[in-house]
Amino acid sequence: MSAQQSVLFDAPGPKTKRTILIINVIGAAVLLFVLYLLFKGLGDAGELKPEKWNVFAQGSIWSDYLLPGLMNTLKAAAISIVLALVFGFVFGLGRLSHMTWVRVISSIVVEFFRAVPVLIMMIFFWLFLGGAQLVPPDQSPFVAVVLGLTFYNGSVIAELVRSGVEGLPKGQREAGIAIGLTRGQSLRSIEVPQALTAMLPALIGQFVIILKDSALGSIVTYNELLYSANLVGTGNGNVFQALVVAAAIFIVINYALSALAKWLSRYLASRGEAGAAGHNDGGAEAPPAQVMGAPQTL
Amino acid sequence: MSGYLSLWEQYGGQMLAAFWGNIQLAFYAAVASLILGLILALMRISPVPSFRWVGTAYVNIIRNTPLTIIITFGVAVLYGVFTWQLSSDFNLNFFQIAIFGLAIYHAAFFCEAIRAGVNTVPQGQAEAARAIGLGFFPAAQNIILPQALRGAITPIGNTLISLIKNTTVVAAGSVAEVSGLMKTMIEFRPDQGILIFLTIAMFFVIVVVPVGLLTTYLSKKLAVAR
Amino acid sequence: MALFSKRKTMALAGAAAAVALSLTACGGGGGGSGSGEGKIRIGIKFDQPGLGFQDGSNYTGFDVDVAKYVANELGYPADKVEFVSSPSANRENMLANKQVDMIFATYSITDARKERVSFAGPYFVAGQDLLVRKDDSSITGKDSLSGKKLCSVTGSTSAEKVKKDVPGVQLVEQSGYANCLGLLEKGGIDAVTTDDIILAGLAAAKANHGKFKVVGAPFSTEKYGVGLPKGSDKCESINKAITKMIDSGEWKKALEANTQGTGYTPNAETNPPKPDACS
Repeated sequence: MSAQQSVLFDAPGPKTKRTILIINVIGAAVLLFVLYLLFKGLGDAGELKPEKWNVFAQGSIWSDYLLPGLMNTLKAAAISIVLALVFGFVFGLGRLSHMTWVRVISSIVVEFFRAVPVLIMMIFFWLFLGGAQLVPPDQSPFVAVVLGLTFYNGSVIAELVRSGVEGLPKGQREAGIAIGLTRGQSLRSIEVPQALTAMLPALIGQFVIILKDSALGSIVTYNELLYSANLVGTGNGNVFQALVVAAAIFIVINYALSALAKWLSRYLASRGEAGAAGHNDGGAEAPPAQVMGAPQTL
Repeated sequence: MSGYLSLWEQYGGQMLAAFWGNIQLAFYAAVASLILGLILALMRISPVPSFRWVGTAYVNIIRNTPLTIIITFGVAVLYGVFTWQLSSDFNLNFFQIAIFGLAIYHAAFFCEAIRAGVNTVPQGQAEAARAIGLGFFPAAQNIILPQALRGAITPIGNTLISLIKNTTVVAAGSVAEVSGLMKTMIEFRPDQGILIFLTIAMFFVIVVVPVGLLTTYLSKKLAVAR
Repeated sequence: MALFSKRKTMALAGAAAAVALSLTACGGGGGGSGSGEGKIRIGIKFDQPGLGFQDGSNYTGFDVDVAKYVANELGYPADKVEFVSSPSANRENMLANKQVDMIFATYSITDARKERVSFAGPYFVAGQDLLVRKDDSSITGKDSLSGKKLCSVTGSTSAEKVKKDVPGVQLVEQSGYANCLGLLEKGGIDAVTTDDIILAGLAAAKANHGKFKVVGAPFSTEKYGVGLPKGSDKCESINKAITKMIDSGEWKKALEANTQGTGYTPNAETNPPKPDACS
């Protein structure tokens, strides 16, 4: 961290170094003071009492509530990831089609689902599917969560696919067509594989969002991690503590996924450079800022 | 069709009020989280280790926590533990806490957007600025930040869009907004379920799509040719 | 318009089917519909302590106790009973789809609901009431609420009723009653409002022992019935079982066990109730 200096700040001289040290100490002191106030407040309110936390040492809390909840979270997230990828590739490539009507329909679908909040979709599917008897009512929360996550994140992935392909140098497609491939063949065998490499980190970032948004399922009574944490809190009179534990689990899993995305993006960048230098075509690296930046986040 | 009209008669007023609630939430939360995000971004790129550490920890914790949990914490901690009662109007306090929760969450994303923007500025720009004798503030003001802002426009726009949509999550914080109302409406008028959904969805399309178009326009117009 | 919505519906059905397929492929889920092999499927709340609550792999609460008793009378001993979670918003749907054979889930008998489902019972008559801190004697009922801060659950009928009955009430709506209890304990709010027996059940949870009391001045009447699919033939025998449970004293025992330590006694004018005639 210290080795990497930012554009905004010059390498400090001896005087500045002293100033930085002083500010650093002040900053640390302020931080400690804020943390002290926070924990004192929580302590005074009785939230730090051991009996409020002890239940999490019981195996049954984990085996009966939290782990099944986590499994349901992972199940909904995993299925949504697969379906969102399918949705994303279908409509992302649809937006690149040379047939106008395919392009128009794909654009409308993608823009619509990108604009509608996930929670609104979940609540709708939950009540509507159960009421219209399209799925068994006891499965409707699960189906609603999966559909909501799929449509929203699928349309974000569609944009990733599109910007990934559009970010490639034109020469890639021209070369494909020059050797006699059709537009579709060129997309499939030349452009998409390259775009996929460029968009992989952003794609994993999107998986973090799917996992995190699955917590909205608790609002539509899908018994995922947050829902089971609420059950634990209701039964033991420690909702606050249960939510802290649930949040910690989410943070650990998502942080690990984010770290993977970061590592992957660095790895691919270094590989891309090596490839570019080796073949001297400079085409393998799509501008990462553009691809990463395009649809992005939460 | 007449069913749909009667729906508006029954719920039209409430729907408009709820939409207005979402817009207000989005506006205040956007202002607050942009300011907080800017501060965090400055902390993360500052040469002061403790600042950097705080900024990094904040982003990594908040960004990976579901928003519902943050909103619930907002009420439990700010109101329950620290008795947040800035306003004598009982319900206004929860509105403020909801804005606070939204701001805390999205500040982490704005911070990263701004930082990403700064990172698009090549080191050579700063070196050139110093070479012609500009000090820290003139260099930041005239050379680096304008370029950084351009690089940050797309992610900032995307975060803004997410924020507008995420205002639907704060029903957990006792604020009249549209997702809670939709639930009630579909429960009582299941016959109009699809139209209720499309109406509310169109509201977000109308608000969100222009923001997206503006972002694209600005980022293209201001793009730095390199 | 009709054509459009139909097409949309079919598209949704297709998507739903795809999800259902992937679900079964994953081997998840609690099995299909239908009772099968002489079992009875009963819908209860899983998240309402004192009434219907998932306690590990067991289920506890007054609703559960009555359900078990009635099922036994109908010829389904404990091992033939399967409990299913039926959240408020899904109860009618689950009955209409024959996903459950009956529902004991703080299910108030109302005319609107009778259009879609049948009811046996009631087996209990609840009323909207207030839960306050044990040492608080300033709240004695609905009329002493001016200037007090209330908490209820978002979008619940209790929240709607108190808004209508007490003009200008200061009400915060939370995602669950447990959140309300947290605020009540710390003094951020002065009372939680919903059906009295639900409040008693919350207060009876071990962690809350001795902290809260139910005021005991109900200002509504909620007849908890047994939800049945429309036109079910079980109503008569269920009513007979409920009457037997009340007469034998089992009903009172179950009620006391589930509200222990809260000083709660149900409204004696309406309890124990006499089941309505089956329609």
